This record gives sequence, structure tokens and C-alpha cells, in this order.
Amino acid sequence: MLELATDALTVALTAAGLVFFLAGTVGLIRFPDTFSRLHALTKADNLGLGFIVLGLALQAESWHAVFKLGLIWALALVAAGTAAQLVARTALRADEGGRPTRQAEGRE
Amino acid sequence: MSGTVFDIVLCALILGAALAAVSGRDPFAAVVFFVVYGVFIATAWLRLDAVNVALAEAAIGAGLTGVLLLGAVGRLARLRETAPPARAAGPRLLAALAAGGTTLLLGWVFLTLPEPAGLHAEVGANLAAAGSENAVTAVLLNFRAWDTLLESIVLLAALIGIWALSPDAAWGGRPGMTQRTRAGGVLAQFGRVLPPIGLMVGVYLVWAGTKQPGGAFQGGTVLAAVALLAMMAGRIAPPRVSAPGLRLALILGPAVFLAVGLAALAAGRFLWLPPEHAYALILGIEAALTVSIAATLALMVIGPPQEAP
Repeated sequence: MLELATDALTVALTAAGLVFFLAGTVGLIRFPDTFSRLHALTKADNLGLGFIVLGLALQAESWHAVFKLGLIWALALVAAGTAAQLVARTALRADEGGRPTRQAEGRE
Repeated sequence: MSGTVFDIVLCALILGAALAAVSGRDPFAAVVFFVVYGVFIATAWLRLDAVNVALAEAAIGAGLTGVLLLGAVGRLARLRETAPPARAAGPRLLAALAAGGTTLLLGWVFLTLPEPAGLHAEVGANLAAAGSENAVTAVLLNFRAWDTLLESIVLLAALIGIWALSPDAAWGGRPGMTQRTRAGGVLAQFGRVLPPIGLMVGVYLVWAGTKQPGGAFQGGTVLAAVALLAMMAGRIAPPRVSAPGLRLALILGPAVFLAVGLAALAAGRFLWLPPEHAYALILGIEAALTVSIAATLALMVIGPPQEAP
């Protein structure tokens, strides 16, 4: 009984994660400018991956594996947030005039 | 059943990504699809239970090669500003014919060769004397040590080739362009948070490589990424290409590997590892190789020195 409940919860959580990935992908393709596209993309990275990690953590065989899954999510969160900030800053500079140069990409 | 469906979808995605990578006109899009292709291929290796190859493909094939190609795209774009691209159909057609012919030939060879028995049994029988419980590590550093030794030297040769592109005035200076980051900004913080975790993962991959999937190439790539991030975030400055310490780090791996091989030659056979010391020797070679691979890969991405020292 308990096993059935965990399985159902896993399916529900990973499905929720997939919804965010799908919405993020549609947004990435359909949204008009860099900033709203970034908004769509980070939802997939943060919430989509978060729900999938939660769903998979319920199936993990040890706390060790749960910790690893959590670490993966945390690292993806930090990396996606940083990348989004850098892309947005470069896009902002390009909007303000002046083509982004290679040096500007390295900066923030 | 669901496994078969997954595999068929994965194969379709691999072919689609490969086609998109070679058929597009935009070099940037081609590189992006190449990276996507690498991630799918890594997943395919995982499905085939080749975790070692999957790790190497994800880290080197998709990650590092992708970054190198992106750098090349940027360089091409700057070149195009001064010289219009030549659009000759002849060379393209020849390249397409050569690539298509090679694919057909490989497919024909694959389909006509007899089903190989594989070397599983032989490797398994000799694993006890190899100094590693991981069959892949045993093959790479003991049974086929020649290949790995030459691979590490090829990497060094590639870096020397890249350095040969530096302007005369810049020789001996710091590689790459000057990186400037906003103090206390997002990138600077990221470069502070991630390196400790990356260092741990990189060293773990090498250490675990003697028993589980992992090893010098996988761990070295992670360490190279850590070094690159720290440099891009302005935490550390790239070392001058003339620095003796850097030169030592670059040749350490091949030198230790060669020294072990030559010592074995005194006992009779080049690159032969005595079973009682094999584990220690493999660990020593892997550690030295990791230092050299990490330094070489990071410097390949940064590129040759651009500004006078």
C-alpha cells in the first residue's frame, strides 16, 4: 500500500516536472525577446528539474542517493541562475547599443 | 519493452542532432547541435553500460570540444569582418562525398565482419594481476598502456600547436585575453562557490577510477573546468606560458608514464607492470596524468597568449 502511494507520488511529481520543461521549451521558442525567453528557460531548470528530483528521490534506495540527487539539483540551480544573469547582462548591453564583444561576454 | 522504445527514440534523436549539426549554414547553430549530439551519445553509452565512455564523451566530447569549437566560431566571425568568405561548391561537394563514402565503408565493414567474441574473458582472467578492479582502467593503464601514453603525448602536441599561433610579441605572456569581472558580481561569486565542489568531484573521479568508472581523463577534464571557471571569474590569473612550474605540470604525466615504462624495460618489457606493484604504479601514473591533462585542457581552451607580457 505504502509502495503504491510512493509510486503514485513519484508519477505525479515527475509529471509536474515535465509540464514545467514543456512550458519552458514552448516559451523559449515562442517568447519575443531574450529576457522573457530566459524567464521561460530558468523555470524549466529550477522547477522542472526540482520536481523530477523530488519524484526520483522517493524511489532512491538510500539517503546517500537522495543526497546526490539533491546536490545535482542545487548545482544545476546555481549554474542556471548564473548563466541566466550573464546572458541577460550581455543582452542588456547589446540593447543599449554597441555590439557585445568577446570581452563583454567574459565580463558581467 | 519501454527500454526498446527509449533506445529507438534515442537513436532517432542522435541521428537528428547529427544531421542538424552538419547540414546547418550557421556555424554557431552547428556547434550547439554538436554539443546536443554529444549529450545524446553519452546517454547511449550509458544504455550500453559503458559508464567510463559516457563520462569521457560528456566531459570531453560534448563539453570541452564544444567550448573549443565555440571559440573557433568566435574567431571565424572576427575574421569574416575583414575578409568575405569564399563560397566554392567544389570543396564542399568533395568533403560531403568523402564523409559519405567513409560512412558507407564503415557500415559495410560493420555488417560484413564476423561477430567478435570480445576480449571480456581474457581481460577478466588477467584482472587479478592488473592492479585495478575496473576492467577499463586495467586495459587503459596496463594491457594497452601504449595507447594511453601516446594519447597523453598527443594532447601535449596539440597544445604546442595552439601556442604556435601566438603573436611574436605576446610569447611568454599570459594565455588568452584579459578577463575582467565586476567585483562581487554573479560570476565572481559563482567562481568562489563552485571550485571547492569541482575539485572534490575531479579528485574523486581519479581516485574512484581504480575500482569504478572514472580516471585521469574524466577527472582531469573536471579539474580543467574548475581552473577555467576560476580564471574567467577573475579568482586566479592564468600562469605565463613561460612559467617553469606550468611547463613541469604539462609534462609530468607523460614523463612519469615514460619513466615507469623505461624502468620496466630494464626488467625486460617496455610498459610492463609487475603485478605486486601494479596498483601503486597505476595510481601514481593516473595522479601525474591528471595534473597534466587538467593543465593541458584548460590551456587549450584559453588559447595562445594575445598580449605582450
